[in-house]
Amino acid sequence: MRAFQILIDGFAISALYALGATGFTLIFGVSGVLNLSHGAIMVAAAVAAWAAASILHVDTYFGALIGVAVAVVTAFATYFAVVKPIQDSRRIPNEEKEIFVLTGTLLWGIMIQELIAYFFTNNAKTVLPIVEGVVDILGVRTPRNEIFTAVVCCLVIALLWLLVNRTRTGKAVLAASMNPRGVTLLGLELTNIYIVVWAIYGVLAGIAGVLLGMFLGVSSYSVGPLTASAFSIVVLGGLGSVSGSLIAAFVVGYLETITAYLVSPAYRTIPALLLLVVVMYIRPQGLLGRR
Amino acid sequence: MSGFFTSRLFFVSLALVVVAATLPLYVSGYVLGLLTVAFYFGVFAMAWDLLFGFAGEVNFGPTFLIGVGAYTAGILNNQFGWSVYLCIVLGALASVIAGLVLALPALRVRGPYFGLTTLVAVLMLQNFIVVFADLTGGEIGLTIPDVITIEAGANYWIALGFMTISAAILYGLSQSPIGLVLQASGQDPVQAGALGFNIVKHKLAAFIVSAFFSGLSGALLVFYFGTASVGTVVDVAVGVNVIVSAVLGGRRTVLGAALGAIFLIVAGEFLRPTGELATFIVSAVALLVVLFFPGGFLGAALSREARS
Repeated sequence: MRAFQILIDGFAISALYALGATGFTLIFGVSGVLNLSHGAIMVAAAVAAWAAASILHVDTYFGALIGVAVAVVTAFATYFAVVKPIQDSRRIPNEEKEIFVLTGTLLWGIMIQELIAYFFTNNAKTVLPIVEGVVDILGVRTPRNEIFTAVVCCLVIALLWLLVNRTRTGKAVLAASMNPRGVTLLGLELTNIYIVVWAIYGVLAGIAGVLLGMFLGVSSYSVGPLTASAFSIVVLGGLGSVSGSLIAAFVVGYLETITAYLVSPAYRTIPALLLLVVVMYIRPQGLLGRR
Repeated sequence: MSGFFTSRLFFVSLALVVVAATLPLYVSGYVLGLLTVAFYFGVFAMAWDLLFGFAGEVNFGPTFLIGVGAYTAGILNNQFGWSVYLCIVLGALASVIAGLVLALPALRVRGPYFGLTTLVAVLMLQNFIVVFADLTGGEIGLTIPDVITIEAGANYWIALGFMTISAAILYGLSQSPIGLVLQASGQDPVQAGALGFNIVKHKLAAFIVSAFFSGLSGALLVFYFGTASVGTVVDVAVGVNVIVSAVLGGRRTVLGAALGAIFLIVAGEFLRPTGELATFIVSAVALLVVLFFPGGFLGAALSREARS
């Protein structure tokens, strides 16, 4: 009974983690950017969906769409206002661009977080779920919303896989992650590829954010922990490796669920952090990462 | 090094310290309290800059070192009632040991992985403080029975003196041959290694020095506040402020980092009337500096001087 409960709850949370971390790792894999405003973008999407449904009283589907749209716009703003100026800057030496992107996106994330807190307060917000009700799976009462979350996450990840591996655009993105210079020599504009990647990233972060808002609720305080959990999942899986992040997301998701059910919800994040430390010591490139 | 004593930077810094030392004679205790915290923060930022600007290692967890120093000093005082000065020294030592434990494995990895290991260290420390709440006071914070002094002026002078001495040592170190080797190994480790320098040894030394000053400053800050809490010395947000200070003031200048820290804390206070938007404005200003003046305050000033 309890085992099934852990199995089901763990799956939903892991799928959500996987979706959240996939976009993050995609951006790093293709353009070498660690986007520390990730959590802020997810929360922005969730809050937009919440505001649309609760203040403007639009349909829940439409509200969710608005949330995703806000995430895409924010992702583009991150790229054009923060990341690209730093990458193009001649005054910042190349070897220091990484820390500037980190600092810049971090500050940007804090700005988004503070704006959200200013206009929509710090209170936790739960987005109205698209599907309601509860079903019984193997004796475990499961909210339909939880199943919906898991299914959407898996579908979106599958679509992403198809997009990257089966379409021309996706192949260009893949090529850019392997050898940016080679892609440029083949006559593809690198900036265009980056724009596509940031658009995909925006959609992924947006869907993850809205689903999170429906499943667990968000507040402007979730920004830091969300970025941190995406960061640790991606590192555990290996920076830039999408399949690694998927595995890591399930490992972390289940570890947290098991700890929360069997030990205490207060210790929920500790085993995952310990695992992360062990992995960093033994295999710093992560589970599936390349050095 | 000899050039420094005749340079404009030296005279400007000396003048600033002299002016700052006279402040308790004519400003209110409120301003002094604010600047006291800012000076301890300045040491955090300088210690971080030694590691980043010179050794080229991005330490995302400055608060790991600060927090270990602060909490060790605080717990020793709280549990055993040892003298304040002994606790401060032991706090700094604990921070050095923590720095070694963190640095030995972390220095084997490079770039983002190093940054990550340090970030995870902070999260771990934060969790342990909450889990061992009996000892550490948990989320509420640790009450510390003793303080160095309650006199605002004396506290201010201690902080100013401590910052000045730390600045002199850290700046001197950064301009010394060791600092040059560090800078070389930060920029091109392979070539620096090929020139026969032991990079790991130098970086480890930088880590220990950085940890020592972070821990010492953290311990002093705890005895100034009379309390140690996650929100003031461990939280990732505090570490972010340290990093922003150093980048804002000008990385690789050491002294600029202290300027950035003082600016950040004073600006935050000035913006308090704007309420919840204060953090937004400070972050926005910091972002603009990062984007348009990547050298920071001191970097921009120094390059203008060099040009003219």
